[in-house]
Amino acid sequence: MRDPQPAAPELAAIEIHGMSRSAFLVRSALAAGAVYGAGAVSPYVRGSLAQSGGGDVGILNFALTLEYLEAAFYAQALKDTPGLSGDIKKLATEIRDNEDEHVDALTAAIKGAGGKPVKAPGVDFGDAFASEKSFLKLAQTLEDTGVSAYNGAGPSIESAEVLGAAGSIVQIEARHAGLIRLARGETPAPDAFDKSLTTDEVLEAVKPFVTS
Amino acid sequence: MAEQIERSEEPQRSAVAELRDDAASRKRFLKMAGAGAAGGLAVLFAACGGDDRSGSTASETSTPAATATETPAGMSGDLEIVNYALTLEYLEADFYAQVIDSGLVKDKKLADLAKALGQQEQEHVDALKATAEKLGGPAAEKPRTKFEDVLSGGLETVLNTAATVENLGAAAYLGAAGGIEDKDILAAALAIHSVEARHAAALNELVGRSFKGDGKLEGSLPDGAFAKGMSMDEVLEQVKPFIAS
Repeated sequence: MRDPQPAAPELAAIEIHGMSRSAFLVRSALAAGAVYGAGAVSPYVRGSLAQSGGGDVGILNFALTLEYLEAAFYAQALKDTPGLSGDIKKLATEIRDNEDEHVDALTAAIKGAGGKPVKAPGVDFGDAFASEKSFLKLAQTLEDTGVSAYNGAGPSIESAEVLGAAGSIVQIEARHAGLIRLARGETPAPDAFDKSLTTDEVLEAVKPFVTS
Repeated sequence: MAEQIERSEEPQRSAVAELRDDAASRKRFLKMAGAGAAGGLAVLFAACGGDDRSGSTASETSTPAATATETPAGMSGDLEIVNYALTLEYLEADFYAQVIDSGLVKDKKLADLAKALGQQEQEHVDALKATAEKLGGPAAEKPRTKFEDVLSGGLETVLNTAATVENLGAAAYLGAAGGIEDKDILAAALAIHSVEARHAAALNELVGRSFKGDGKLEGSLPDGAFAKGMSMDEVLEQVKPFIAS
C-alpha cells in the first residue's frame, strides 16, 4: 500500500477536513481496513482518496483545493499574461468562471454535509504567465491533472449523489482539457482512457504551485 | 511534473487490465447516501442548476437511468450498462471509419484528428467487449449503422454529427455511472467518460459551437460549469436515426 507519509512535507500543512494531510491519509487507510479487512486495504486505497464515512467530505475538500488552484490560475492568467489573443482570453474567462462555480458548489456541498470547507491555498505559478504559450502549457497540465484526480477519486465515493456531482464536474474539466489541448495544436485526448491519479500523485503534481 | 503525469500511466493501465482480467474479484457495491447526507447535498445540486437530472443520475431510485438499468443482480446490471456503452462506442467507431473512408475530410490536420478519435473509440470498443465477455456475456453485437444521409450531407454535416454523437456519449456515461456497481467497471467508465468529453469539446469548437453549444444539442451539453447526464432511454432515442437494426 501507499506510504501514508507525505511525499511533500510542506503539503502536510494543507488541511483536509480539519486534519493534516498525513493524518487524513492514515485515517482513510485505517477506515478502509476496518471496512474491508486489512488485506483489502491496498487495492482500495490505490487510486482513491478515502473510504470512510467521512471520506466523501474528504474527497470534496480535496476537489475544492484543486478547484481553488485552478480558479486562481485562470484569474491570474487573465490579469498577468501579456498579449493573450481574443480567442484564448475568451476561453480562459469561460474556464475561470466554471472553476469559480465549482468552488462555490463544492463549498456548499461540504457545508451541507456538515463538513468544514478548506481555505483557498496560497499559490505561486512561477513564470507561467510570461506568455500565452507558457500559460497554455501549464493550463493543460493542470486540467489533465484535474481530470485524473476526479477519475481517481470517483470509485471511492460512497454517496451516489456525490458521485453524480463529481462526474458532472469532471466532464467539464475534461472539456477544458480538450479545448486547451486543441488551442495548443494537440490532440484533445492523449489516450483512449484518461489516467487516474492517487492523492499522493495529485499533490506531488501540484506541489510546485502551492505555497501554503 | 511531467514525470508525475507519466508515472500515472501505470495505475491507469493496471486498472484497465484488471477490468479485463479480474473484473469480478473486487466487486464492491456503491453505498447509497443516507437521507441526511442526501439532504445536505441538495445544496450542491441546486448549485448545479439541475433539480432532477444532475442529482438523479446517480440516484438508485426514481430516475429513468436507474429504471433502465435496474436488475436484481448487480453484475447483470453492470453487463447491461457495459453493453449499452459498447453499442454507443461501436456506433462512434464505425462513424469515424466511414468518414475516413468517404474521403470527405481533405484537410490533413482534420483527417488526423478523425483518425485519432476513431482509433480511441475502437479502443473503447475492444475494452468494453472484453469486459462484457468477462462478465459472462454475451457482448452486444455491433449494430448496423445508417450514416449515408450524414455522409452525403458533406463535411459540415459530418462534423456536426460527430459533435452530436460525442456529446451524447459523454452524457450517456455520466448518466450511467451511478448505476454501475463494480468499482473497477466504474473506474473504466470514468476513464472513458472524460475522453468522450474531450472529444465533444474539441468537436463543438471545430464546428463553431460555443462551450455550451449555442442552444443546440439540448440535453447532452453542459449547463455551464456542470455537465448533465442522460438516461439510456434518452440517449437511445437520439441515436436511433443512426442505427439500421
